[in-house]
Amino acid sequence: MQYLAVFFLAMELAHRVALGVVMITVIILSVVLTVWSERRVAAFIQHRVGPNRVGPFGLLQPFADVMKLLFKEDVVPSSANRFYHVLAPMISLFAAMTTVAVVPFANGIAIADVNVGMLYILAITSLGVYGLTIAGWASNNKYSLLGGLRSSAQMISYELAMGLSVVSVIVLADSLNMTNIVESQTANPLYWNCFRNFLGFVCFTVAAFAECNRAPFDLPEAEQELVGGYNTEFGAMKFAMFFLAEYANMIVASMVIVTLFLGGYQVPFWSEAPWFVQVGAFAAKTVLMIFVFIWVRWSVPRFKYSQLMNLGWKSLLPLALLNLLLVAAGVLLLGGK
Amino acid sequence: MPNDYLLSLPILAAAGWSVLLIILEAMLSRAALTRVFAMLGFALVGGLSVIGFPLQGLAFSEMLRIGGFQHFANIIFCLSGLLVVALSEKYLDDENVHYGEYYIVAFISVVGMMLLAAAANMAILFIGLEMMSIALYVLAGLMRRDVRSNEAAMKYFLLGAFASGLLLYGISLIYGATGELALHKIAIAIQTGSASMLFWIGFGLLITGFLFKISAVPFHQWTPDVYDGSPTPAAAFMSTGAKAAAFSALIVVVTNFSTLLQNSPTWSLVISSIALATMVVGNIAALAQENLKRMLAYSSVAHAGYMLVGIAAATPDGYSGIMFYTLVYTLMNIGAFGVVALLESKENLLLASDYAGLFKHRPMLAGAMAVFMLSLAGVPPLGGFIGKYKVFAAAVDAKLTWLALAGVLASAVSAYYYLRVVYFMFMRDPVGEAISAPATSSLAFALIAVAVVLLGVFPTEILRITDAALKFAQLPTQTGF
Amino acid sequence: MDVSGILFVFLGAQIIVATVGTVWSRNPVTSALFLVLNFFALGGLYLLLEAQFIAVVQVIVYAGAIMVLFLFTIMLLNLDNERALAEKFDLRKGFAVLLGGVLLVELLYIIGLKTPIPIKQTALTTVQLGEAKYIGRELLTNFLFPFEIVSILLLLAVVGAIVLAKKNFTTSPKS
Repeated sequence: MQYLAVFFLAMELAHRVALGVVMITVIILSVVLTVWSERRVAAFIQHRVGPNRVGPFGLLQPFADVMKLLFKEDVVPSSANRFYHVLAPMISLFAAMTTVAVVPFANGIAIADVNVGMLYILAITSLGVYGLTIAGWASNNKYSLLGGLRSSAQMISYELAMGLSVVSVIVLADSLNMTNIVESQTANPLYWNCFRNFLGFVCFTVAAFAECNRAPFDLPEAEQELVGGYNTEFGAMKFAMFFLAEYANMIVASMVIVTLFLGGYQVPFWSEAPWFVQVGAFAAKTVLMIFVFIWVRWSVPRFKYSQLMNLGWKSLLPLALLNLLLVAAGVLLLGGK
Repeated sequence: MPNDYLLSLPILAAAGWSVLLIILEAMLSRAALTRVFAMLGFALVGGLSVIGFPLQGLAFSEMLRIGGFQHFANIIFCLSGLLVVALSEKYLDDENVHYGEYYIVAFISVVGMMLLAAAANMAILFIGLEMMSIALYVLAGLMRRDVRSNEAAMKYFLLGAFASGLLLYGISLIYGATGELALHKIAIAIQTGSASMLFWIGFGLLITGFLFKISAVPFHQWTPDVYDGSPTPAAAFMSTGAKAAAFSALIVVVTNFSTLLQNSPTWSLVISSIALATMVVGNIAALAQENLKRMLAYSSVAHAGYMLVGIAAATPDGYSGIMFYTLVYTLMNIGAFGVVALLESKENLLLASDYAGLFKHRPMLAGAMAVFMLSLAGVPPLGGFIGKYKVFAAAVDAKLTWLALAGVLASAVSAYYYLRVVYFMFMRDPVGEAISAPATSSLAFALIAVAVVLLGVFPTEILRITDAALKFAQLPTQTGF
Repeated sequence: MDVSGILFVFLGAQIIVATVGTVWSRNPVTSALFLVLNFFALGGLYLLLEAQFIAVVQVIVYAGAIMVLFLFTIMLLNLDNERALAEKFDLRKGFAVLLGGVLLVELLYIIGLKTPIPIKQTALTTVQLGEAKYIGRELLTNFLFPFEIVSILLLLAVVGAIVLAKKNFTTSPKS
């Protein structure tokens, strides 16, 4: 019996590891696709053509870029702290990749469906700051340092509004578990949190943009002032890792927004949908969110630093607090769902 | 059984009032107005404690223990806060640091003190201690352009954080040993089982945290530097309100475990030796001080020693004596610090010799200062004498005659440095130009001095109240009183 | 030894290494990062005790927020003059080592005594005790008063920090 138990444990573990490997591959592939679509959509918005030479519709362009980065020399500035210089991109990538562990892709399909899934996401995102801060510091370059400090200040500021809007979701779902949060939104789109909790949806999305350092919050890498920001001194694959982390962050953020506010894997008006349909619905919604990310980046100009901080502390935070108050009052008066 | 809210009304009112002060300061930012409201708040909270004096019981899931003892302590804290706030304005104006936030921070500090006295649970004990201490760190560093003020804040903060760490570690060990956070439940858990080594070490660390706050001897080194560098009114506040609060908490903790402690000769020996060392070191170091602020700092170490004698006696009489002592000490020490603050103009007239001939210029002020000094020295018939008499008498009753004797000898030594100030004020001719001070404040000091005298001449009323307060203190029944 | 035993040894070793690293490393950034590692391992220990909520909050609050601000300060002050931080061995340090040693011996002695640690019997399993729901209920019932009064403490900390740190802090007009 004991051996049987160990066997089942091992099977369970293998199942999870396999799922994890699949997810990492999927994310890396989607990063490739996202980079391509970012350039194509940008070109479309700016009335250009965009990359269209390598492969059909230029689809193989990102692979060509990766090849180029792979063969570049790995340079570490002589005055930089070598160990941290290598460590920084790893931390960034690690944080971006591990967040996905608790996201359910269909009912019952998640790498780790833990009780405190939502808090896990907040914890891991809060660790992503280290990658940027250390990158900025280890480069021993004032532009890098300023970029690193800017990005971490930005992330810390927006984490508050993000956390508060997450709390409003938790209050609605009465659970920290991601699957429960999705289940609580039911298959009726009117019950999805983006309608039930509209203000929270707006706050969270804006905060997620800032957390991903995406335009209009991409001050850390404002070329005019800071050259490349924290990754000025990074080249070759280390740069590619930051790049990868940035896009992985964006994809994972889209997934989290979908899970929390857009009904996750729920298929509209089909509550007992088979798992592959649910995964499809989840993917479709995620692609939609990614498109919004790209769309905003190429339509909205960058903030000034003071505007960014004002928005975070003086608008978003009070708004998120107000929203929490409203949602909690609503749950109290209407008795939950 | 009175209602939770009614029972803890002074604390709740104080907490609410502190929020009101913050809003007031944020909206209007008028330091003078905030000051008036802070004084009103102290009066209100003190008044509520007076009205609610007979109320007793446990409140909020046995988190707070309210009784006469707590109400009496609240009155001392509010008195301390009120006097300090009343006397700070000129000093802060002179130093150009008259921020409204000063009053807010001082007020919240008093909230922390009230929590300390009312703690029935170690969680509250820790929160109260932190609330009081963090406020004091800020007050110490208020003069931001002054290096010594920065040094004071930094030293106080680092050592205070270390002491808080010890206290917290002690709490966690006690929790580990007994599985309880509520003090009375811990006492029961220890009585049914037996006090393990783990508990004793935790208890030792807990007491160490408090000994730091009252600046008992092995943990007193911060006192002179912090009092010297801090704004003088803040130093007055630290030496009176904060010390009274730490002693209240110490009494609360010690009485909870009194059965255990009475049967422990080690405890008695340890606390007696600390009391002895505190009295001796404080007084001898004070002898050598020329700077009045440092002298008062070491004197406050010495007074902590006298009060510890009451703890060592471990009888209701001793605790009642400590309560009386803290009341008198609050009055006389704030008076002394207040006079120093008043005369400490920008030229830093801080030496005892700077006070030469004060009597000739400002007889009322010099008279009040003389009363404070004599009372601190414990000269009958002033309040300070009665306080010392009570704690030493309790020690004699508890068969600690040697400790009482040492206390008396230490007081005799202390007379030298207190009387030196009086000697300079009355016997010497003034050097240089006259010390200027506004006439109105002399009256305030005269009033405090009168109070100190009255406490010395008619102590029975107050002593009856402190005795009654201890009976109302709702101490665990097994302690025997 | 079962799986949780192995994990405990692993995490414990990590905590010890990280703690020693925090104290010994000359570079303040390295010290701070060792401390982060320490908090991580501590979170892991909480997980072993089935306290999921506390574990995650430990990581969010300490590793995610407090230590980032620490790093910030270190980097802004540019504390990389490592030699200035290295002190000579003096009497006071020796005394500190002695006291630390005494404390260590005491603790080892207690552990050696194997004092039975009382465990409160409740109707709930450890997993339920570690859940956010249980902690939340406890905070808003039995621990309501401390929970609420801490907000005053935090308010005080904010006001105090602003008083001490704000640039060009203005005094009110003299009365």
